[in-house]
Amino acid sequence: MFAYSIRSLAQGALVLVAVAFISFSMFRFVGDPVANMLGQEATLQDRQELSERLGLNDPWPVQFARFIGNAVQGEFGVSYRQGRKVSDLIKERLPATVELAVLSALVATVVGVLLGVYAAINRTGFLSNAIMSISLIGVSLPTFLIGIGLIYIFAVELRWLPSFGRGETVKIGWWSTGLLTESGRKSLIMPVLTLAFFQLTLIMRLVRSEMLEVMRAEFIRFARARGIAERTIELKHALRNTLVPVVTIAGLQLGSVIAFAIVTETVFQWPGLGALFVNAVQFADVPVMAAYLMFVAAVFVIVNLIVDLLYFLLDPRLRSGQRVAKGH
Amino acid sequence: MKTTFKALLAALAASTIMVAAADARSVKWARSGDSLTLDPHAQNEGPTHTLAHQIYEPLIIRDHTGKQLPALATSWAVTSDPNVWEFKLRSGVKFHDGADFDADDVVFSIERAMQPTSDMKGLLTSVESVTKVDAMTVRIKTKGPNPLLPNNLGDLFIMDKGWSEKNNVQKVQDFKNKEENFAVRNANGTGPFVLVSREPDVRTVMKRNDNYWGKGQVPLEITEVIYTPIKADATRVAALLSGNVDFVQDLPVQDIERLRQDRALRVNSGPENRTIFFGFNVGDADLKTDNVEGKNPFADVRVRQAMNMAVNRTAIQRVVMRGESVPTGVIMPPFVNGWTKELDAAPATDVAGAKKLLADAGYPNGFTTTLHCPNDRYVNDEAICQAAVGMWGAIGIKVNMVSQSKSLHFPLIQKNPPETDFFLLGWGVPTFDSDYIFSFLYHTREGSRGSWNATKYKNPEMDKLIQTLSAETDIAKRNATIATIWAKLKADVVYIPVHHQALSYGMKSDLDIPVDVSNQPKLKFVTFKRS
Repeated sequence: MFAYSIRSLAQGALVLVAVAFISFSMFRFVGDPVANMLGQEATLQDRQELSERLGLNDPWPVQFARFIGNAVQGEFGVSYRQGRKVSDLIKERLPATVELAVLSALVATVVGVLLGVYAAINRTGFLSNAIMSISLIGVSLPTFLIGIGLIYIFAVELRWLPSFGRGETVKIGWWSTGLLTESGRKSLIMPVLTLAFFQLTLIMRLVRSEMLEVMRAEFIRFARARGIAERTIELKHALRNTLVPVVTIAGLQLGSVIAFAIVTETVFQWPGLGALFVNAVQFADVPVMAAYLMFVAAVFVIVNLIVDLLYFLLDPRLRSGQRVAKGH
Repeated sequence: MKTTFKALLAALAASTIMVAAADARSVKWARSGDSLTLDPHAQNEGPTHTLAHQIYEPLIIRDHTGKQLPALATSWAVTSDPNVWEFKLRSGVKFHDGADFDADDVVFSIERAMQPTSDMKGLLTSVESVTKVDAMTVRIKTKGPNPLLPNNLGDLFIMDKGWSEKNNVQKVQDFKNKEENFAVRNANGTGPFVLVSREPDVRTVMKRNDNYWGKGQVPLEITEVIYTPIKADATRVAALLSGNVDFVQDLPVQDIERLRQDRALRVNSGPENRTIFFGFNVGDADLKTDNVEGKNPFADVRVRQAMNMAVNRTAIQRVVMRGESVPTGVIMPPFVNGWTKELDAAPATDVAGAKKLLADAGYPNGFTTTLHCPNDRYVNDEAICQAAVGMWGAIGIKVNMVSQSKSLHFPLIQKNPPETDFFLLGWGVPTFDSDYIFSFLYHTREGSRGSWNATKYKNPEMDKLIQTLSAETDIAKRNATIATIWAKLKADVVYIPVHHQALSYGMKSDLDIPVDVSNQPKLKFVTFKRS
């Protein structure tokens, strides 16, 4: 298992380099940052000079090599938009995104599994059918529409929740959290629901269909024949066997929730990494874009590794299978 | 007896608390983008200057109508030497940290703004040197007579020399540096508001400067300003509707009518110092982006006139802008020196006449060309292009539209030679003088002039006239020259003017913030409505 982790990490490093390479070859199409960095009185010569100073006139393989050289030392440069260190910006924005993503993933997984199990067990009940119908909305409605809808109901009409932002935050070291203040918790509700909704319905539908599948399997019938209580069969035998694919999906979804909270963050003016990235793209802020894409790639690599390791815990066959494989 | 006394005391205490509460007027202010930096010389950009205007001050400030008012300078005049301007400074002014304001700070700040990494240096190219005469007098020597120097100082903020040296920010922020400049997130100005905290892109808090020199001269009723950028249009409007913010600067045009219906809100509208127009390549012998071989249709003034006549400006105003614009026939906002009603009059839409002109020019069946358009810079920029493309289609000119982000659009215009033959552009005039438009948009592209002239329009005679403007000290003569140049340029139809962009601010009904023509509202002028 240790060797496996090392191998995965090495592969991860390769993935990172590949992502950097591809993103760098595409930055040319985002536009010229100098056009945004200088005011309208700037002369042609001023623009030329700035381009030259920032190394933007170099061919992109040179720019790429320079980026990798600096990135290895943990140096991502200064944002063209804000004039601040990119590593500081990411550190500052990370807590907002992680808090939002982890809470959403938690809500999506817990509620999704519970509803999925319920819908699988009571396949024909009225409530199950209602849940399944509503989940269709979750799968098909775009996130920003759900977000705007929630804002209009709970912020504009009812005025229960704040319409944007993170509320008051508390600093614990460099980490900032909204969980410790009332306004912070209130601010979290709508973004978390918005971000969780799609994952929730996805997980729920997955659990339901997997569970229905497993319930038809022979070992369940044998368990019933052995006279084991129905509840025990459902929750212990069936659920456990449905979990492997669910963990895969939920894990990968956590990665994408962190990476693609962009829409939710924009709709709620959530000061996270996604909002930072959107601003960077509009400004052609290359240092921030590059660092963000590397960060997202790293998140995916790590999440994938954790998911792989979780398999070992959930599925005893994988552990024995490896031993058998070694025997050959 | 005792109890009545206690009750009286309690009532008194309660009433003082209530007075205090009524006096503390906090304003939550939202707009679409944040200031890029607090370093006052690092970015020459609207939202950045807007925030800086609350904290820092220039020598001369403009009110919401564009009128110049004394700020840190109390008076200014050209000396007997026409190349030297003298500024008398305001005495008794203190920076937020308590330091005194004097001539050393002015000399330091102007020299700082002239550094190579400064983005404000473009407004100071005429300056040769800045010298201190005495503690409250500064002289600026220009390379030749510059009658308009004060017009260039409206966004040129004064920093404290001592503070800058202490915090090592004598140099303007540099994007090549690996470290952040202290002035990017910290500020020490003389302005009406003191910076309390700054989280870029999230929240900037300022409190009223109780030692402000202008106390008693300006209302200064707002005690606290909380500035939050909200990027998404719908979210920004929802924040105003839900009462989470008090004042919203960038209202999407489609929501304005609805907000006007809300009795708890007020919407103020007015023209902005910005005109939207189309430009074409009139200089090349042949174009790559059209289907006409061996000829440039835009080089023929009849084609340009035809295209100008084909644009239905009132339709664009009504449908695309929902009334939030002022159709025009000149690429100059109405506040600018040189503007006249006659110049502003747009040609009537005349499809038949336009077709005839096209036929006369040798294009009875029109031609095909490509228009470049930004989609994230001006109000409904892409929709304006779409509408115009349809109108040109009606006279037989088939226009392919390429619409893209400003980061891709502006380089097409700025590159030398330009990489577009037909484009949309908006232009604001921070100096409020026609020379600024001539120099950047009409003068042949050479030296420091013509950097935005992507039309390849070359008129040596006009160039000479334009050059005389910057040194002419006789105002009447200068204005006559401006009128001559405009007459010729309008006849040449180098650009097709569309409209002056209008601005709308939304706010709670107890606030009344007038639209600032530079879109840089200065909150010290704001009063609350007493109900």
